[in-house]
Amino acid sequence: MSEWTFIALLLVTAFIFPAIPIVAGTLLGPRKPNEMKNSTYECGVETVGDTWVQFKVQYYIFALVFLVFDIELIFLYPWAVAYNQLPLFGIVAGVVFIITLAEALVYAWRKGALEWL
Amino acid sequence: MLQETTFLAPTSWYVILSATLFIMGMAGVLIRRNAILIFMSVELMLNSANLAFVAFARSFMDITGQVFVFFVITVAAAEVAVGLALIVAIFRTKQSIDIDELNTMEG
Amino acid sequence: MDIPTLESLNLLAVLPAIILAAYTGLLLVVDLFIPNENKQRTALLAILGLGATGVALGVQINQYSAIGDQMAFGGLVIVDGYALFLQGIFLLSAILGILMAMNYLPRRGIERGEYYSLILFTTVGSMFMALANDLMVVFVALELLSIPLYVLSAFIRDDPGSEEAGMKYFLLGAFSSAFFVYGVALIYGGTGTTSLDGVAAVLAGEALNLPLALVGMGLLLVGLGFKVAAFPFHMWTPDVYQGAPTAATGFMSVGAKVAGFAALIRVLVTAFPGAAQAWGLLVIAIAILTMILGNVTAISQSNAKRMLAYSSIAHAGYILVALSAAQFPELAQEASSAALFYMLTYTITNLGAFAVVMAIEKDDGSGVEIEDFAGLAKSRPAVALMMLIFMLSLTGLPVSAGMVGKFFVFGVAINAASQSVWLAIVAIVGVLTSVVSAFYYMRIVYMMYMRDGDEEAEYPAIKPALGTALAVTGIGTLVLGFLPTLLFDAAQRALIAGL
Repeated sequence: MSEWTFIALLLVTAFIFPAIPIVAGTLLGPRKPNEMKNSTYECGVETVGDTWVQFKVQYYIFALVFLVFDIELIFLYPWAVAYNQLPLFGIVAGVVFIITLAEALVYAWRKGALEWL
Repeated sequence: MLQETTFLAPTSWYVILSATLFIMGMAGVLIRRNAILIFMSVELMLNSANLAFVAFARSFMDITGQVFVFFVITVAAAEVAVGLALIVAIFRTKQSIDIDELNTMEG
Repeated sequence: MDIPTLESLNLLAVLPAIILAAYTGLLLVVDLFIPNENKQRTALLAILGLGATGVALGVQINQYSAIGDQMAFGGLVIVDGYALFLQGIFLLSAILGILMAMNYLPRRGIERGEYYSLILFTTVGSMFMALANDLMVVFVALELLSIPLYVLSAFIRDDPGSEEAGMKYFLLGAFSSAFFVYGVALIYGGTGTTSLDGVAAVLAGEALNLPLALVGMGLLLVGLGFKVAAFPFHMWTPDVYQGAPTAATGFMSVGAKVAGFAALIRVLVTAFPGAAQAWGLLVIAIAILTMILGNVTAISQSNAKRMLAYSSIAHAGYILVALSAAQFPELAQEASSAALFYMLTYTITNLGAFAVVMAIEKDDGSGVEIEDFAGLAKSRPAVALMMLIFMLSLTGLPVSAGMVGKFFVFGVAINAASQSVWLAIVAIVGVLTSVVSAFYYMRIVYMMYMRDGDEEAEYPAIKPALGTALAVTGIGTLVLGFLPTLLFDAAQRALIAGL
């Protein structure tokens, strides 16, 4: 378990190091608050208008379509890796899966989900 | 299958971790009021199950558990797609996704 | 892991489900090329597909006595009498659900072709729920069943009630799925397998970690309890049933519930006979509380859809009564047959009741209060007569399907009473709550026949599709009431080699 002792030591040190300046700062530093100091720190140009703007809905639709296709890839990856050892119907099954995905793409396309208005 | 490493944590550790995550997710669903946060808590619960599956699969040297995780991930993605679409639709009519404001019906 | 062969896949055994899955995928694309004003064609195409699936299923049922049980997908799926019977129920409820929607959606101005495709997707999911012989398949089927239903509940875009229904259903559905998945994970950890037979075999011998598997079983019960709307996991039901478009409510009140029970009964009876005492007690407790809560709360409802929601909770309780008797191995088969028959009667009757609600609902979705049934016997005698039949059947009064269903369910519980006094108690609670249920079912009958309604009240015209659905459900309810033994025998024969 000696390696674990090291890790435990490292963890403890990692907590202590940042704690020291924070504690030292609160204990030793002078305290003269004013309005400017208390305001939220911001840098750069001041923002114009409401920051809570609504994104285009298209953005979400794109993201959702991408998400689904992205995840389906996890089935294709092992399939592709084992491609050489698969019997014929294994290949066919994969092709059926891809056709299903293509169908979803056709659906999204015809519904206009892929157009950026 | 697995390479010999100097230290492998016992399966029970993973299971305890996954149970903790599951309970955290459950608490999140029950306590939170924002639809997105509730949904994220549900995802946490699903992923805690994934962790348990992978841990058991490793301890049994059996691939079934890992395959199950594939399905859970995919289904979770399908759920996300439908769920986020619903949340966006609700936000557009209500300008809010606080589930306490979903109370148009009596009882 | 062995690479499966074509023989072990045995695709022919699951042909009906495969036909429907492929057809659904096709319909989704075909629908894109059907102009918006002609979406009735999509509905007809959907019914066509269900019909074709039904033919394939019929051929299979016909051959069943010769072939017997078959496995497919290398044992992931089992085709037995239980699965065949349930698949029939699902196809029937899908056809009726589409017939009702064909009339209803255009009136509400929400007819979009996806509705019909989504119903077919749900049906494919339900069919695999019945076929599943592995927890992995149960999970994927459960989600294939649920996700389209979330969309169907929220189908009236811009209607806050419908959106709210969709959202609540979605969040609680996803929550319950998480319980289900975690339950499967623990069962896998406790037994090293996810196959139902495998779990049973391991539990019969030396389980790797029995407590883990038992906790997992409890979590499965929670997850499926949500789906079938059993106490204490029922709280989403009234809001969802009330807010969703009535056509979707009617469909999901039977489709989702029956599919949930299909999996619940299969999992508990096949995989956990070794822990029968544990789940038996749990199921009895849930059954008693579900029946009491559903029936008592239904009395105070003023909205017909909400009342039917509580009534559907109560009926989940009655099916649980049958399941609780299945804990004794020698009664498991009889109990499953009783549950199957009850689900058939419930499907037909409940769809019929919702069809009547649709027949009096106004185009803006209002007019579904119980008060709105007043005077229906005068203005719409045929519809009122139908509703009378359905209410009698839901109460369980004679000459209706519901009476026979309850007779079998309570019968099997009383048969089991010699083994455990709890079964006698659950049967008595069932009978008493059935009496209580007469209060609210008969209130609608009273409204229709004894009260004078608004003379000016205008009901929407009943189009052929809804008329067909009403006729089929009405006649079905009567026939099942008159010729019960016939079908019960079929259900039981179907089970002989099953389960």
